[in-house]
Amino acid sequence: MLLYTLQRLLQSVAVLFAVSIAVFLAVYSVGNPVDLLISPEATQAERAAMIAKMGLDQPVWAQYFTFLGNALQGDMGTSFVHGIPALQLILSRMPATFELVVLALLLASAIGIPIGLWVGLRDGSRGARMVMTSSILGYSIPSFWKGMVLILVFAVWLNWLPASGRGDTVLLLGVPFSFLTFDGLSHLAMPVINLAIPNLALMIRLTAAGASEAVHQDYVLFARAKGVRSKRIIRRHILRNILIPIITVLGVEFGALIAFSTITETVFAWPGMGKLLITSIYQLDRPVVVAYVMLITFIFVVVNLLVDFAYAALDPRVKLVENM
Amino acid sequence: MNYKKTQACAVAALATALGATSLSAQELTIGLSSEPTAVDPHYHDLTPNNQLGMHIYSMLATPDANLMAQPELATSWEAEDDNTWVFKLREDVKFSDGTDFDASDVIFTFCRVMNNESAIGSTGSSVVSNFESVEAPDPHTLRIKTKQVEPIMPEMLAGVPIISDSIVEHDDITFDLPNDCGVTGTWPSIDDFNVGEAAVGTGPFKLEKFSKGAEISLMRNEIYFGTQPDWETVTFVPVPSDGPRLAGLLSGDYDMIESPAARDVAQIEENEAFEYVSTPSNRVIFLQMDIGRGDSPFITTEDGSNPFQDVRVRQAISMAIDRQAIVDRIMDGLARPAYQFIPDEMFGAIPSPAPMEYNPEKAKELLAEAGYPDGFKVTFHATNDRYINDSQIAQAVAQFLTRVGIETELDAMTRSMFFSRRSGREFSFSMGGWASSEGGAASFLRQYAVTTDDARGVGGSNYGDWSDPEFDAFVLEAISTVDETKRSELLQQAEQMAVDKLGFIPLHFESTLWAFRKGVSYDGRADQFTLAYQVERATE
Repeated sequence: MLLYTLQRLLQSVAVLFAVSIAVFLAVYSVGNPVDLLISPEATQAERAAMIAKMGLDQPVWAQYFTFLGNALQGDMGTSFVHGIPALQLILSRMPATFELVVLALLLASAIGIPIGLWVGLRDGSRGARMVMTSSILGYSIPSFWKGMVLILVFAVWLNWLPASGRGDTVLLLGVPFSFLTFDGLSHLAMPVINLAIPNLALMIRLTAAGASEAVHQDYVLFARAKGVRSKRIIRRHILRNILIPIITVLGVEFGALIAFSTITETVFAWPGMGKLLITSIYQLDRPVVVAYVMLITFIFVVVNLLVDFAYAALDPRVKLVENM
Repeated sequence: MNYKKTQACAVAALATALGATSLSAQELTIGLSSEPTAVDPHYHDLTPNNQLGMHIYSMLATPDANLMAQPELATSWEAEDDNTWVFKLREDVKFSDGTDFDASDVIFTFCRVMNNESAIGSTGSSVVSNFESVEAPDPHTLRIKTKQVEPIMPEMLAGVPIISDSIVEHDDITFDLPNDCGVTGTWPSIDDFNVGEAAVGTGPFKLEKFSKGAEISLMRNEIYFGTQPDWETVTFVPVPSDGPRLAGLLSGDYDMIESPAARDVAQIEENEAFEYVSTPSNRVIFLQMDIGRGDSPFITTEDGSNPFQDVRVRQAISMAIDRQAIVDRIMDGLARPAYQFIPDEMFGAIPSPAPMEYNPEKAKELLAEAGYPDGFKVTFHATNDRYINDSQIAQAVAQFLTRVGIETELDAMTRSMFFSRRSGREFSFSMGGWASSEGGAASFLRQYAVTTDDARGVGGSNYGDWSDPEFDAFVLEAISTVDETKRSELLQQAEQMAVDKLGFIPLHFESTLWAFRKGVSYDGRADQFTLAYQVERATE
């Protein structure tokens, strides 16, 4: 177990290293940030001074090693655009994205898993077929379009919910969150729904597929023959067994949404990390883009590790063993 | 349980939101199209930053609609000789923290501009770096000696927000840069301003909170020396996407928004509860041609020559383009055709320039005369996310030119690619934009049109290497002439020469739009600033 953990950690470091090279080269090839940053009225001398100050006069490998050296000491560079450390900038945006994603996934699984179970257990009935068909719709409507329709209906026409922004926040352990105020919740409602809908569809389909398969398994038939109550069968035998793929997907989705809720955040002007990423890419704010990708890779690596540990907890057959 | 909780919350949220949209009378919320990157007024010379700065800080002078300096913290100024300027300061001004404003604060500001580690081309450093000495004969008089002649000193200082010397520990403040000007503490950093500690100014508002990406809230400065604004609190919310910003206005989240998309104006017009204002800006959209190189990378001609070197070809291009059609059809009338590089009202402009004719037949004749009866081929580069409707305008230009025989292929790209390729002088033919600043006509001419001269710091954006010694002489003389009448004449002559020789081809001036709910009114500004203290509460 300890060796396994060590091995996984080593792998993770290798992944982070490879990603750092790839992303560094990628942002380097896009364009020169000086041309976007500096005042167009700057003289040639001011421009040259600026390039030297940002280290852009160095060859790419020298820039990379400077970055690497600083990164190893925990310094991911300073944002060209905002003038403050890139990591601080990203982390300051994290709580907003975090609460959005957590609420969306909670909503999606709280509604999706029961519905999925219901559908899976009534495989083939008309109601079940209807749910399955509409779930395809929920899955395939583009996020930005859905977002705009939500805004149009609930903000512009009905005037029930605010169209964008984060609303009032309160500090919880020193971190600002919106979900503890009414105003914050009203701002959260639409982005959460927008983000939850495709995941809701995903949860329904995943649970339904698992449940309809599990229903016909020998252990379920045996339990039934033994006279176990059907509620207990569902809870103890079916649900527990189909949770593994669901948790895997939830883990992957969590990482993906934290990193790339870009569209939802842009449509609802939600001040999260995704919106920061997209602006930074447009402005060629290289340190922020690189730090962002590194941070996300880090989160993915950690989430995957946790998912593996969760398997072991849920399924006694899964053993965490090292590859020799 | 989670399900129940979430459901209950959602219902509660809906209920409160129903009652939450009405705003009290003295609160103003504005949806911004781009976000300021810092509260530090000297960090980065960008429109959103400068605009936020003008709420919190004041300058010695303030730019009027045509960017000429008007008194603000200084009551009057004069040039004693070519290199000496004297400014008289107001005596009744206090900073928002209650401390008095005097010459020491101004000198401290100049020093800070030069001691600004994190800045991106620090706002004001180009003017202050030209100072030989700054002295205060008395607490409300400043005498500035310059190294080089700076004829537009008041206009340049209208871009330098004054901060308070109370934000650092210091002895007597003198303009002694090598010895830290008498500052004993650490120079304020960008973060000190962002958190509000150092954001002490003499402007109409005080900073309440700056939360990046989310909102900026301001409170009225009750001891402001000028006219009190109509609003007790102002909130700026950055919403860069056009659709959501407009939705925010329509749903009542914002009282006012910046730059609604031109295509959405009809929707605002139809709706009784909202209004908009369109103000011609000083941003000109123009074509830039590679004139310097005999062999230009994106041009194909039969004999391998560069047709742009012939003034007749440039005239033909100008004549092939129907500027009015671009303004009417693509810009929905929210722009005006440009026949020079700055609006007619600005300093050094030709008062009423002759309209540039649209005449495709004559364009063809001119091309034939220049030796290109069958035209030539060129790739035209433009941005697709920088100027209003830029990619459609570029398409129209390409079609107009193709019609007279110049086979034009458009390559539109994102600005991050465009600007770095353009400064690498990769293009043969491109479309750019330029918002003229305090220099009036000199602003465009010295940056784009004069022959590139690194030592002098002029011609930095002359990517097409257009070079005309006679023209250069006029501009260079103008930018070192203190006498206003003479400078204006010189600039007019230079502007006329630029228009005649068509080293650049002007297309149109963009208009800036603002939309707001009934009960709020804004006049709009040519410099594209959204200033909450100029937004008025209309009597309903």
